[in-house]
Amino acid sequence: MPAPDPGLRAPLQPSLTGEVDAAGLIWKEGAFRRDPWRPCPVGGELGASPVLLDKARWAAERARLLSRPAPIGLSLAGGDGVDDIAADLTRFALITLNFAKFSDGRAFSTARLLREKYGYGGELRAVGNVLSDQIPFMRRVGFDAFEVHHAPTRRALSEDRIAEVGLYYQPIGSAPGPGTRAWLRSSVG
Amino acid sequence: MYRYDEFDAAFVRQRVAQFRDQVARRLSGELTEDEFKPLRLKNGVYLQLHAYMLRIAIPYGTMSARQLRKLAHIARTYDRGFGHFTTRQNLQFNWPKLSDIPDILAELAEVEMHAIQTSGNNVRNVTADHFAGATAEEVADPRPYAEIVRQWSSLHPEFSFLPRKFKIGITASEHDRSAIKTHDIGLHLKRLAGGGLGFAVWVGGGQGRTPYLAQLIRDALPEADLLSYIEAILRVYNLHGRRDNIHKARIKILVNSIGLQAFRSEVEAEWARIKDGVLKLPAQEIARIEAYFAPPQFATRPPPAALRPADRSFDRWVTRNTHAHKQPGYAIVTISLKPIGGIPGDASAAQMDTIADIAQRFSCDEVRVSHEQNLVLPHVRLGDLWSVYQELKAIGLAEANAGLVTDIIACPGLDYCALANARSIPIAQRLSARLAPRQDLVGDLKIKISGCINACGHHHVGAIGILGVEKRGEEHYQLLLGGSGTEAAALASITGPGFGPDGIIDAVEKVVDTYLRLRAGPQEAFLAAYARLGAEPFKEAIYAST
Repeated sequence: MPAPDPGLRAPLQPSLTGEVDAAGLIWKEGAFRRDPWRPCPVGGELGASPVLLDKARWAAERARLLSRPAPIGLSLAGGDGVDDIAADLTRFALITLNFAKFSDGRAFSTARLLREKYGYGGELRAVGNVLSDQIPFMRRVGFDAFEVHHAPTRRALSEDRIAEVGLYYQPIGSAPGPGTRAWLRSSVG
Repeated sequence: MYRYDEFDAAFVRQRVAQFRDQVARRLSGELTEDEFKPLRLKNGVYLQLHAYMLRIAIPYGTMSARQLRKLAHIARTYDRGFGHFTTRQNLQFNWPKLSDIPDILAELAEVEMHAIQTSGNNVRNVTADHFAGATAEEVADPRPYAEIVRQWSSLHPEFSFLPRKFKIGITASEHDRSAIKTHDIGLHLKRLAGGGLGFAVWVGGGQGRTPYLAQLIRDALPEADLLSYIEAILRVYNLHGRRDNIHKARIKILVNSIGLQAFRSEVEAEWARIKDGVLKLPAQEIARIEAYFAPPQFATRPPPAALRPADRSFDRWVTRNTHAHKQPGYAIVTISLKPIGGIPGDASAAQMDTIADIAQRFSCDEVRVSHEQNLVLPHVRLGDLWSVYQELKAIGLAEANAGLVTDIIACPGLDYCALANARSIPIAQRLSARLAPRQDLVGDLKIKISGCINACGHHHVGAIGILGVEKRGEEHYQLLLGGSGTEAAALASITGPGFGPDGIIDAVEKVVDTYLRLRAGPQEAFLAAYARLGAEPFKEAIYAST
């Protein structure tokens, strides 16, 4: 059987989005969902379901994993670089970036590198200390999914009341926004 | 001056609404103090020793009379009737109630002001030469570029959680009044070989516990590439700056640990990727922002003949506190916020109101804040100097001491600040009173006082620097000599063992005495004499057994 390729910017397989579930941890596409991904235990067998690996495991077993039929996700820690795995990015249907503390902003840059430098098109998920006031920034740099434990943040997402300044002084990505100062400014929606 | 358009106004209004929501969540207990802290810091709200402190940005140090009147109103209504101008062209209120701060921010928004990113680990208020647009020394007004950087960096989604605070300063003159080499990024606007404008970009300066002067990372950056180059620097810093130790988290530590060459190659590689992208500044956009800063309509009639009585105090003030203006018939006036024995940088609501009136009538409606904690009237006709002087004298702000030994920079210190180890303000007050009788004799000499190692009072770049420390539960002061924050930037060196609060006053006086005794003449300023003589004669005088 040929290895399925999640493909650059291809729509996610429904099985990878997770089913809508009020108690699910993953906020994606406007709802909380159950996480269809399972982290792989250290040294554990991968099995046939979607599995999330860290960078070391990927590097160690890359040759074998490239031909694995089931979807693979990559879990990156705050300081993990991505230049050395640029050629592999199309293989991942999910990349998680960890915010060990909300004040650790490295993943904001990593997200932009993944999206803008390397054209990564799969799910980009913020995990760790994800709080409501950071979510607008996370969305702007390319995150499209959020693992949220913080109860007030979960309520704010469910009730659609994340307080955001919806006017942006700076472009993110390569496409200028609308308006007379396209190079500089844009607004939400 | 820059004027908000609908976009800017809506942006600030939304930001106020967002912060109002955050304050409500804090007051209701939904947010813990730990969770609230980074949010309030991004709006300039600190928790100090006795109360919250609100730090308001005065972008590149420029404000109108209307804006200054609003600050006076806030001081009177929400604080204790005064404000404190800082070394980063901000104004601090030391006694606001947290529950009032959203209302204060809403009042500021009415006059196109804010407190966004005056604290927190993000790009801070962008500072510029306080003589910008008025001095003939500059190649162009640096403020349009500061405004462009201000806008671009406001609520930047990628760079709102940097390893540490990030300060950008800009000068357009060879004589650097903005201390750019003590900034994380220092920008020197200049004419490039091809005739266009561009920047020498300096990186990695900073004071604090481990002071470094910035190093030149790029000598001739075209103006169109300003934002992409800053973005490349910030991205490298955001990814690689240390986050494990707050004292090693500034970009200066990264630059100096991997070395300028390695840092530069990282930045240049990233810049090469993005330089021709969406951040390229179109010439018409630079011109559009520049138009806001067009010079005022200067009068071309000859100034009226000076109708005033002979007044030696006025003559001294004109000599010390005015600077040549690019427009014949005009002068730049420094309003010293350093009355003898006073608190450096403090101004009362009544003083702010009067200065606003003076600015409106005599200075084309503009006031500036200098990083030396003084105010500046940038455009005063020579024929109006006498009137301006009289009105300043009436509010106690006509001290003729700009740049003199009593024009002291001091941080708020242990009187206010939760970080401080020792008081700064009383030391400044006592030194001012002690040295005032001889200040004209001494000439140019900058004293800078910090109440802790964070160096908000710039002691590392004081000709005489004083650092407050704690020693066995007592306030103690170290003495440093030979620093400068100008184009000839230099870090001061510590003289030796420190002093108690009385001893430091005596020690500074001995330094001044030694200088007066050994200088080649009045034309040899303190720093020149220090460079010639070295530290030894000063140390001998200070530490001679008595």
